[in-house]
Amino acid sequence: MFLSEYQAKEILAQYGVAIPPGRVAESAQEAEARAREIAHEFAGERYVVKSQISAGGRGLAGGIKFAPSPSGVRSSAQELLGKRLVTEQTGPKGELVRRVYVESSVEAEKSLYAAVVIDPQSALPLLLGASQGGEDFEAMAAQNPDAIKMLPLSQKGEWDNDGLDTFLQDLGLEGAAAENCRDLLQSAVRALIKSDAILVEINPLAITAEQKAIALDAKMVLDGNAALRHPEFDALVSEAPLGESEKIAKENEVNFVKLEGDIGLVVNGAGLGLATYDMVKDAGGQPANFMDIRTTAYSFQIARVIDIMLADPSIKVLLVNIHGGGMTACDTVVEALSFAYSRAERRPPIVYRAAGQNADWSRSMMKDRRLPFEAASSISEAVKRAVAVAKQGRF
Amino acid sequence: MSVLVDQDTKIIVQGITGRAGTFYTDSGLRYGSNFVAGVRPGKGGGNHLDVPLFDRVRDAVAETGANASMILVPAQNAASAMIEAIEAEVKVIVCVTERVPVHDMIRVKDALRQSDSLLIGPNSQGILSPGKCKIGVMSTTHAQAGSVGIITRSASLASELVAQTSHLGLGQSTTIGVGGDPIHGIGFRQCLELFKDDPQTRGVVLVGEIGGTEEEEAADYLSSGDYGKPVVTLIVGRHAPKERRMGHAGTLSLFGSKSVSEKESRLAQAGVQVVENADMVAPAMRQAIRSRS
Repeated sequence: MFLSEYQAKEILAQYGVAIPPGRVAESAQEAEARAREIAHEFAGERYVVKSQISAGGRGLAGGIKFAPSPSGVRSSAQELLGKRLVTEQTGPKGELVRRVYVESSVEAEKSLYAAVVIDPQSALPLLLGASQGGEDFEAMAAQNPDAIKMLPLSQKGEWDNDGLDTFLQDLGLEGAAAENCRDLLQSAVRALIKSDAILVEINPLAITAEQKAIALDAKMVLDGNAALRHPEFDALVSEAPLGESEKIAKENEVNFVKLEGDIGLVVNGAGLGLATYDMVKDAGGQPANFMDIRTTAYSFQIARVIDIMLADPSIKVLLVNIHGGGMTACDTVVEALSFAYSRAERRPPIVYRAAGQNADWSRSMMKDRRLPFEAASSISEAVKRAVAVAKQGRF
Repeated sequence: MSVLVDQDTKIIVQGITGRAGTFYTDSGLRYGSNFVAGVRPGKGGGNHLDVPLFDRVRDAVAETGANASMILVPAQNAASAMIEAIEAEVKVIVCVTERVPVHDMIRVKDALRQSDSLLIGPNSQGILSPGKCKIGVMSTTHAQAGSVGIITRSASLASELVAQTSHLGLGQSTTIGVGGDPIHGIGFRQCLELFKDDPQTRGVVLVGEIGGTEEEEAADYLSSGDYGKPVVTLIVGRHAPKERRMGHAGTLSLFGSKSVSEKESRLAQAGVQVVENADMVAPAMRQAIRSRS
């Protein structure tokens, strides 16, 4: 679960991470009012207006603007709000900017990069840092991975004091700046652990002329699997940019990612889902989605997701690739197809490939339920047929 | 022989009374797995599916001599269940439960480091040695005792390859699902080590996925000496759009992760035969085993 900057900052600030004074706004008018509040409370002189989306790369994509006055904030917000921001990380369609974050601009003497992640290899928290942060950080890190310093932490997020001293020295910090940075990192690690986060990234981490350490930008990724014990994050989750179809699928025990193509994939399991997706692409087809039916899904749940696919006019053919086993026998999926097709207005052709538990029976069910299908005996054959059918628009 | 489990493995089920626990204990019993006890706090002394119930793993182990466990409990209890099995010194622990919080897995891994237990999963279909022992939720429709060791992250793709290798008359020595989560127990490399020493296994199928660094670790291991058996690899997710998240949470691993083609070339350099798609795995394995013998 990727959080927007303002959400991440709100959480980090609760744990003591220093952030510039800022307010979130949903309209240009509100943005101006927020800037005036900041000016009044903190004597701000210059402002930053930042698009709030979950993807990174905003600066380079023009999603961050500086403004000299509250009225300048208003016109900057006007330019950003309601537009789709396309960054390196959003994909070609970009992400809709619904909110901006208005912040007092902070003059940085040094811009560092810092992050805490859960390292999957060691299964421990890991502190990352670099002496040069900012919007070019990712490109720099790709070219020069040695510039990233690492410090493994204990299970509870404690560091070795000498190790941290070296870490801070490597970032070019000493004296009060090092002290303040240490406090900030301590708070960031606590926020990671207490919030069940898998990533906290602060980039840039500014060192000001007064040697203060301030998080100018922040990203956080929360562990969706821990949502049960964090009711306080429910509101954040509902703001996550999950598409409508993805949301319905998730509620129905299906992992679903909507894409641009015309071949609807109905597959059980993540591995088989990816394998099928790859084979469709290799055969020159365009998948309309990725699907992974979880083994706990009932047929009427799967049917809800197929409903969405049938209602989508861009889908010309359904490629069903099921390996029955566990609780998902092949007939469970045919039952779902049958429900969905019986109530659908569009009945696109189905290329049906099944193996494993109840495969033969499921094929005879497809026939009995009069579903518009053609059976295929291998994945390759099914993929080839589906690509051909999508091109012709029929069998 | 097989790896880790055989016909003498005595298994307890943690979470035996739930919907999934009941379903898979029943199907395991029908398959011939030796489920000696179930654990369900508060129901000790009773029975479920004719399997005696205990309140605690420790009691079940003491009473039955169980050396393996299958965990099918809700995600929020999974870490406690795994740690309870580790503390009771259960040798092979299979955690099927998915969506276990990452920070819980940090605690589990810490407990594992101080023990001799071996964890398979979480979010794993389990381990199957056809005809001998099934601990998990995998399909056994096409499983057949034979010569191929299969290592995967995904259950459905494992079943597919089991069916294909059976169809070609190769069969399986053991199949292991390491699980789809970024932090898990036994990994690719450890599975490869086990299959190397297993005389029944004549070749190994390794199915990787985008994300994580396990394929790279497997490549390093295979480069370090003569493995002595053919290894065939399929890595899925080659075309998954970078900015969209697909598949297992393992694909979300945040850094150090290489693209599919980088993983493929690392493995190819280590002497592994890399195939392009799921239909090519079993034929390549048959060819490789034939040309060795």
